[in-house]
Amino acid sequence: MSPAPLLSAFRQSLGEAWAGGAGALLPLGFLGGAAVLVPLGIGSDTDTLKAVGPGILWVALALSSLVTLERIFQADAEDGTLDLWLQAGAPVSAIAAAKTLAHWLSAGLPLALFSPLLALMFQAEARPVLLINAGLYALGSLAFFFWGAVGAALSATVRRGGLLISLIALPLYVPTAIFGALAMSGGPGSAGAPLLLGASTLFACAIAPFAMSAALRLAAD
Amino acid sequence: MWSYFANPHKFLRLSDWLAPAFYTAGTLCILWGLWQGLWVVPKDEYQGGDIMRVMFVHVPAAWLAMASYSALAVASFVWFIWRHELADIAAKSIAPLGAVWTALCLATGSIWGKPTWGTWWQWDDARMMSVLFLFFLFLGYMALRAAMDTRQKAARAGAILAMVGALNVPLIKFSVDLFTSLHQDASVITMEGPKMAAVYLWPLMISAIGHSLLFGGLVMTRMRTEIRDRRIARLRAAALEGG
Amino acid sequence: MQSEAAPLLTGTGLGMIRGERMLFREIGLEVRPGDALVLRGANGTGKTTLLRILAGLTRPETGSVNRPAAIHWFGHREGLKPQETPRAHLDLWAQAWGSNADIASILAGMGLARPADVAARYLSAGQRRRTALARLLLEQRPVWLLDEPYTALDAEGRARVDGLIADHRAQGGAVVAAIHGEAGFAATSELAL
Repeated sequence: MSPAPLLSAFRQSLGEAWAGGAGALLPLGFLGGAAVLVPLGIGSDTDTLKAVGPGILWVALALSSLVTLERIFQADAEDGTLDLWLQAGAPVSAIAAAKTLAHWLSAGLPLALFSPLLALMFQAEARPVLLINAGLYALGSLAFFFWGAVGAALSATVRRGGLLISLIALPLYVPTAIFGALAMSGGPGSAGAPLLLGASTLFACAIAPFAMSAALRLAAD
Repeated sequence: MWSYFANPHKFLRLSDWLAPAFYTAGTLCILWGLWQGLWVVPKDEYQGGDIMRVMFVHVPAAWLAMASYSALAVASFVWFIWRHELADIAAKSIAPLGAVWTALCLATGSIWGKPTWGTWWQWDDARMMSVLFLFFLFLGYMALRAAMDTRQKAARAGAILAMVGALNVPLIKFSVDLFTSLHQDASVITMEGPKMAAVYLWPLMISAIGHSLLFGGLVMTRMRTEIRDRRIARLRAAALEGG
Repeated sequence: MQSEAAPLLTGTGLGMIRGERMLFREIGLEVRPGDALVLRGANGTGKTTLLRILAGLTRPETGSVNRPAAIHWFGHREGLKPQETPRAHLDLWAQAWGSNADIASILAGMGLARPADVAARYLSAGQRRRTALARLLLEQRPVWLLDEPYTALDAEGRARVDGLIADHRAQGGAVVAAIHGEAGFAATSELAL
């Protein structure tokens, strides 16, 4: 199998994500907005913000994955691109993975990289651990994007599929959220948590493409 | 064996008497279990006093929550591999009933929790959390099926989601267990192993069997309805075509 | 005029159900080099569905399709992204298929030289159709499956389609097309649904 169709799928999805000139700015704005609402909602007490900060970022990442993924396969199904990808001569699972990866690169990864800044806003002290946390956010958001993409593929032909994606993906996000938050807690049992986070992300990357492939064939049917 | 059960006619004939039998036996078992649980067995102060008697509904519901999702996953798998229509009919029939028993488990757990934990909901209880996510899996499954425009698409989409969910259940369970084991400080309800008094065992077992029979009977009735629904749709389509 | 070469595409016993409605049943067809098969039928009889089954996009309820030769799919949706220009679109698919066709001359041949760098959202329906047709020329594939190839095209565009089909058949290719009105090329056979 030649990797050419995968590179094209990746390129096309990147182009789509950046279309309109906004690119990663839009998800960043979303994350920023969501995060800024929290202190307004729960008050500006330093200790409280310090405690909830890492968790808020996980929630914001999960939400932003859902928001950005809503259209990735739906648009393909509507404009006929999906038919072409199904015939591109590469495994559909690999193409779906390439597209998911492209969207993660333009929405998930920038958010993760941006996270130290938001952590500072949540009263965290500027320490190297914030950079490690950015890596954990990146790893975890990859799992969010892969499971979210399964929901997106399943609801590719559904009008107002966004709500459906959230309902489908929510239970699948649980392990990532738990391992991720645990890894950042620094409390007991947190030493092995990054490994668990990595393992559950690997699991998502291994299983989700096949489910997406079956779902996309269904969407084209 | 598969081909025998995959035949809707044979299923209709079999369930014609099997479903009522399940209803009767199930109701008798549940009534006996309730009578034993509510009046006969002694209460256990350690488990919260009289409120622990809710366990004779809660434990069977918890068992059915897990069993029904497993059944949903198996039916989906069978449909996905062999495309027996009856397997899809079974999956479609199981989902709402599974959701009802899962909700029952959550509600009774919450009622039991209020006097023992002092709160309606305890985020540190691994079992309650796992059952909650199971409930979401059921909801997502039903919503997805409902959103598809033909029954063939509903069957395929549902099967894919049920299998993805089933693969994730062990991981969700593991992560939730880990989450709660780190936060738990006070000992809450423990029902495992030797702590379980023998007097409770029989009523619980019989109740669980009763709930399972009732569940099985309801699934069969729903399947019978669905088979006939599809037959009606087919006849109407044929009549339209001919006319 | 049936040629004696090995078939490029064979369908046997094809049947399809949508919801509870039977679209067609027991359809058999065989396409050989140089053939042009035209699918006929009113709206809703399943022309598009049959084409999609032949393309492998839709799973038939009964029967099977044998595809010994590569296939080009041309559906009623063009597969263009709003921000894509015709040139970028052809570049992308040339890359995906590993083709080194001369994209500039393909664009010129389809009358797309002028709007080659205009984003698809500003193109007319006819220009979008031409872009999708140009995709067929990126790579030589023996079987073309065309769903309503004349839609949205003017007289000049329709003549271009006919020319493409004639060239393709002359080179030993075959065409299966769902066409609602009159075909501008001589069909070797018709299939009524």
